[in-house]
Amino acid sequence: MEKILEIKNLSMVFGGLRAIDNINIHINSGAITALIGPNGAGKTTLFNCITGVYKPTEGDIFIKRPGKNDQEKISGLKPHIINRKGLARTFQNIRLFSNMSVLENVMIGKHHKLKADIFGALFRDRKTREEEEKVVYDSYEILKKINLHKYVNEMARNLPYGAQRRLEIARALSTEPFLLLLDEPAAGMNPQETRELEDTINRLSTEENVTILLIEHDMGLVMNISEHIYVVDYGKLIAQGTPEQIKSNPDVIKAYLGE
Amino acid sequence: MKIKILKSGLIKSLKSTLWFSILLFPLLVMKITVKEGLAHVTYRWINLALIVPSALILSELWRYFLQKKGAGGNREGKNRGAVITRLIYGNKKIRNILLAASVILMATYPFYAGMYNTNVMISALIYIMLGLGLNIVLGLGGMLHLGHAAFFAVGAYTYGMFFRYAGQFFINAGISTGWMFWIAIPLGGIMAAVFGVLLSLPVLRLRGDYLAIVTLAFGEILRMILQNWGSVTGGATGISLIPRPWLFGINVTPRIAATYIYYIVFVFVILSIISVSRLENSRIGRAWEAMREDEIACQSMGIDLVRNKLTAFVLGSVWAGVAGVLFAAQTTYINPDSFTIWESILILCIVVLGGTGSISGVILGALIIKLLPEYMRAFAQYRLLFFGLALVLMMIFRPEGIIRKIRKVYTFPVDEIENKPAAEGNS
Repeated sequence: MEKILEIKNLSMVFGGLRAIDNINIHINSGAITALIGPNGAGKTTLFNCITGVYKPTEGDIFIKRPGKNDQEKISGLKPHIINRKGLARTFQNIRLFSNMSVLENVMIGKHHKLKADIFGALFRDRKTREEEEKVVYDSYEILKKINLHKYVNEMARNLPYGAQRRLEIARALSTEPFLLLLDEPAAGMNPQETRELEDTINRLSTEENVTILLIEHDMGLVMNISEHIYVVDYGKLIAQGTPEQIKSNPDVIKAYLGE
Repeated sequence: MKIKILKSGLIKSLKSTLWFSILLFPLLVMKITVKEGLAHVTYRWINLALIVPSALILSELWRYFLQKKGAGGNREGKNRGAVITRLIYGNKKIRNILLAASVILMATYPFYAGMYNTNVMISALIYIMLGLGLNIVLGLGGMLHLGHAAFFAVGAYTYGMFFRYAGQFFINAGISTGWMFWIAIPLGGIMAAVFGVLLSLPVLRLRGDYLAIVTLAFGEILRMILQNWGSVTGGATGISLIPRPWLFGINVTPRIAATYIYYIVFVFVILSIISVSRLENSRIGRAWEAMREDEIACQSMGIDLVRNKLTAFVLGSVWAGVAGVLFAAQTTYINPDSFTIWESILILCIVVLGGTGSISGVILGALIIKLLPEYMRAFAQYRLLFFGLALVLMMIFRPEGIIRKIRKVYTFPVDEIENKPAAEGNS
């Protein structure tokens, strides 16, 4: 098992608040890892640090891309650069391009893989047209994987809630990541939708070779799919281990239920 | 219940009527005449009798329309009321006929319109180009840019100064100065792009109001430089005798010259329309759309925001620069007064009134804003009043502009592709 993401002594301070306090985490290649904790524990802040939305106050984040031998430092880089290195994410409060079609949302994820520039746009040469045609097909294939293809020409805002959440995953997947960060993918889903999501995540992990880190409050889902769990509270890592270990950990129970 | 609403509405109307009467009383009712050193006040009560009912009616109408708007506010997605929008986007046949008719009408314009009208139309066409340029920045890139006239000036002054410093060389070499126009066109675009990049570097980190203020200041700074650096730019007197475009080296009458320039500008406008619509429906246009929807999500999907904004900004500037060269060629005389902040505001009005992001809207906006004042000289005094009123009403009742932007949405031909194998299997 190689560590594809390694977070070392990471802290994020907002004014007087230490939202993340000296956290050390690593993610193994191919695993499904969960990050849990009570509301306001700093989980999303950690995601924002990893994906470059925030610049961490202290500490470093390293990734090891598949096929490369060295670790790369990604903390402090811009979000789009981090994405291009192979980290894609979804958002807790859905951030789809709601006035664009489902297809277009996925096409945006493919944007940086395409080459057409201004001249391609103005002259519409053959290469540009072929590329545009191909991206439409490729995007449709991705939608098929997430089982969203029946909505392909709908506007994203008109989708049912569960489908919107899955579209976020599809969009993230279209950037061809090796590590997918899912921020509460099951939030607001009914049990049926959650089961489908569980299938999808498992399938991504096995078939697409994507490593997954997810934040989730649905304990059923977390315990079912994750191989390793990190628990944070007040910005600190309070426990880690397999689902069984976490279930019986007194610190975790205390954090969730109080004393 | 209904009576109660009616009653409260009536009270509101009465209140605004009272307010209007007080406001307008000193202006419309009292009249002061000075006779032999003494001021006499005459009261024209008849005016008050006019103010009260009209204020009452206006306020009732106002509330009626506001209510109507509120009731229909949530019709998102449907093709909203506008007749023009439906006419243009609804029926392909009607649209093509309209399009063909207007192209023919415009293409033959100098032959039936006379020189004065042709010149007026040339400036309207130049403003269409300016509007399309700003439309890239504002409508596609989503950046509020109040210094568009500065890039217009960069283009015009590129041509002007190119003539001023290189003209003698051309004359000495025995080359017609009319050629300079064709060199100035790309040069103006390039210079505007250079200035665009220079301005974007510090500015693109800003958003909304801040961006507007900085671009506005940039426009004024540039104009002040043009005005005060007399030894280089010609100062407030500007640059005159800028050559017209080359036409087989013949000295032509002003009328033919106007016709010639008309066609040059016309071709440029057509090219602009095609270019902007192609940009909109391209990979870059798609990224702009996403950027306007959600910047954070856009970044997280690997799109470089700074680069995207820069592209939009610089492209818009290039359009303004080329329009500037055309303007200099048309008027043969430029000075800093042609590029005031008022010009920038006017271009913004064109885009906003016509329909932000909509090409046909911008064209219509430019024609309305440039042609109406020209042909309604009788009301010239009230021009600004009408503008203000039109814009305020527009913002309240139709914020998307006269012609709403309708984007071409990428679709996947599901029926065609998915049912194909089955069809093949049958045959």
